Amino acid sequence: MQLTYTDKQNAFRAEARAWLEANVPGKPLASYDTREGFEEHRAWERKLYDSRWSMVMWPEHLGGRGCDLIEWLIFEEEYYAVNAPMRVNQNGQLLLGPTLMEFGTEAQKQHFLPRIASSEDMWAQGWSEPNAGSDMAAIRSKAVRDGDYYVVSGQKTWSTRASFADWTFGLFRSEPNSQRHHGLTYLMVPLNSPGVTIRPIKALNGKEAFAEIFFDEVRVPVENRIGAEGQGWNVAMATAGFERGLLLRSPARFQHTAKRLIELFKANPEVAARDPGLRDAVVESWMGAQAYAYSSYHTVGLVQKGAKVGAEASVNKIVWSELDLKMHETAMRILGARGELRGSAPEAVDGGSWLEGFLFAQAGPIYAGTNEIQRNIIAERMLGLPKA
Amino acid sequence: MDFTFTEDQLAFREAISRFLMTEAPPETLREIWETEDGRSPEMRRKMAEQGLTALSVPEAQGGLGMDDIAWSLLTQELGYYAIADSMADTAYVATGLLTALPAGTGLRDELLARIVDGDVRIAVGHPVNPLVADVHLADVILQAHQGEIHALKREQVSFERNPSIDSSRRLSRVSFQPGEATRLVGAEQGRAIWDQTLNRGALAVAGQSLGLAQRMLDLSVDYAVQRKQFGKAIGSFQAVKHKLADVAGKIEFAKPVLYRAAHALANNEPTAALNVSHAKLACCEAAWVAARHGIQVHGAMGYTWEVDLQMFMKRAWALDSSWGDRAFHTSRVAEAVLAADAPIGPHHSFGATDA
Repeated sequence: MQLTYTDKQNAFRAEARAWLEANVPGKPLASYDTREGFEEHRAWERKLYDSRWSMVMWPEHLGGRGCDLIEWLIFEEEYYAVNAPMRVNQNGQLLLGPTLMEFGTEAQKQHFLPRIASSEDMWAQGWSEPNAGSDMAAIRSKAVRDGDYYVVSGQKTWSTRASFADWTFGLFRSEPNSQRHHGLTYLMVPLNSPGVTIRPIKALNGKEAFAEIFFDEVRVPVENRIGAEGQGWNVAMATAGFERGLLLRSPARFQHTAKRLIELFKANPEVAARDPGLRDAVVESWMGAQAYAYSSYHTVGLVQKGAKVGAEASVNKIVWSELDLKMHETAMRILGARGELRGSAPEAVDGGSWLEGFLFAQAGPIYAGTNEIQRNIIAERMLGLPKA
Repeated sequence: MDFTFTEDQLAFREAISRFLMTEAPPETLREIWETEDGRSPEMRRKMAEQGLTALSVPEAQGGLGMDDIAWSLLTQELGYYAIADSMADTAYVATGLLTALPAGTGLRDELLARIVDGDVRIAVGHPVNPLVADVHLADVILQAHQGEIHALKREQVSFERNPSIDSSRRLSRVSFQPGEATRLVGAEQGRAIWDQTLNRGALAVAGQSLGLAQRMLDLSVDYAVQRKQFGKAIGSFQAVKHKLADVAGKIEFAKPVLYRAAHALANNEPTAALNVSHAKLACCEAAWVAARHGIQVHGAMGYTWEVDLQMFMKRAWALDSSWGDRAFHTSRVAEAVLAADAPIGPHHSFGATDA
């Protein structure tokens, strides 16, 4: 056990810090759940990419830096420390990218990966359907083979920022009457294809944060398939756990929130005096965020020694989502009557950012697999309890 | 940056675990705990033969010279098998205290050598604990008095026993007459050593609590698989699954906090007190939740003396306030992270990172 950084790691940190300090936008970008903000975030992604900071772990020929996981953690720490913009293309970069690297053809990799890294293509995911949420294997949208095309029909939902995105990826039933996770095929579909209709869904914050996607006999070339026909479930699952568990939400994001929460607490001593339990809630937030950081470094160390991340990914997802919720609940408790004020309100604190975060935190225990599903996974795969 | 253990550290833990699995099953512990003294000299001798008492004694005194990081694994085993306080207090906490004494201090080398041999029991009287554990059989009691460190034979103290609900515990109120003859070092040197001893005691309890949590989880999983209601194993019901999944989550996330603190203590890092209090709170919380959910999953059986869960549950409850209660450790964390210049935020996963 050696908990100091090497000279090389320190130099990497210094380089990242210098670039970020020089380039992070002076004022916050508009919300990426709006068309305007979406494009501002795309431009920021392009800037990151041009200096090879968008996908630091990807190899150099794809615009990355070939960083290892420790360097990734360091980059994330520097990124959140300067309050840099949220990452708008995570679905492409964290979910589709690694899937393409493992299962894609050479042509697919060469075409799509650089465009994902630069966010020239923005991706929305197409997993959930109206009747396939937690029960994802109940997918009914179909892909019927017709020569060199699949003809896709059906409906996807909860596709994050699909109103603004360029592409979607997802699973479609390619074998008629196949059951559950059999007979599904992984396809990439341009959202400007004839037959695609997108209907935005307003989220709690009133913005078009996600959408429904309707497919009406959309012709998708066979070369947009990843992996073999009918093997989509295995392709989707192979990378899901690791990405969701380790990369989707780095500890730095929550360490940054914990720090802001401590500042908010200190700035409101009159509330703390009336609510003595607040101190402990604030301190617990710091402990939770810090524990998540230790856990990530520990897991990264084990992965670098060859370990595989299994059901532990589910523990991670529960921890960060509940921590985020708890921190924002504590912030609302400190803000009291000011908590409900929108960013446009003259008396809003911190531009309404705590309210925005509080609303988004409500979604954490739901997206990327509900925490109830995660608890089932832990119980069955880590503890060996029997299936229902 | 490498936040993992060496093969040697993991192998040693594995060996001790296998040894305790055979030598310290619950039925044996029950027999020992029901005796007046509650201790088994034979088991003690066997543990010394395994090298457990030699673990962190310096090599110069015949020990293995390992540190808090190795102990962060082994205290989990002591907890998992509910090994009574005397072992951790002597082999880990007292060893740390004695090693920190200036070379040449009376009794230091002699006691360290006897710890290796396994023929000495040492009790540690720190003011954070109102009662002292295992004085009744102690050959030596290392006792604080206004920052000074005193070494006393059992005949030199008077003690009154205070029975605990944890059958493994033997607690006493200790009084003694401090004097020149019993003093090892004065307050000037003593205070820093006592501070470090408190951290080590708290870390020992943190590790044991985590081991207890794991034991309670394992017992509860076994029970949930065997016990059938409505024609099915109760472990197939989500209400039961989710309780146990939450325990598993608490344990997984407390481990790295424990390891972080062990590294800080072993290397005298400036954040050691903060890291130790964080670890104590996280590990004890895991044990507390494991006890609550464990008894719920066991149903009425969990409320009985007969089912083994109670042995581990009571020990977890007892250790929760040992070597500093929650108020003590929460306040220490609060003081550190709410300080004006506290190193907090994403730059500070491991202290300062001024690149």
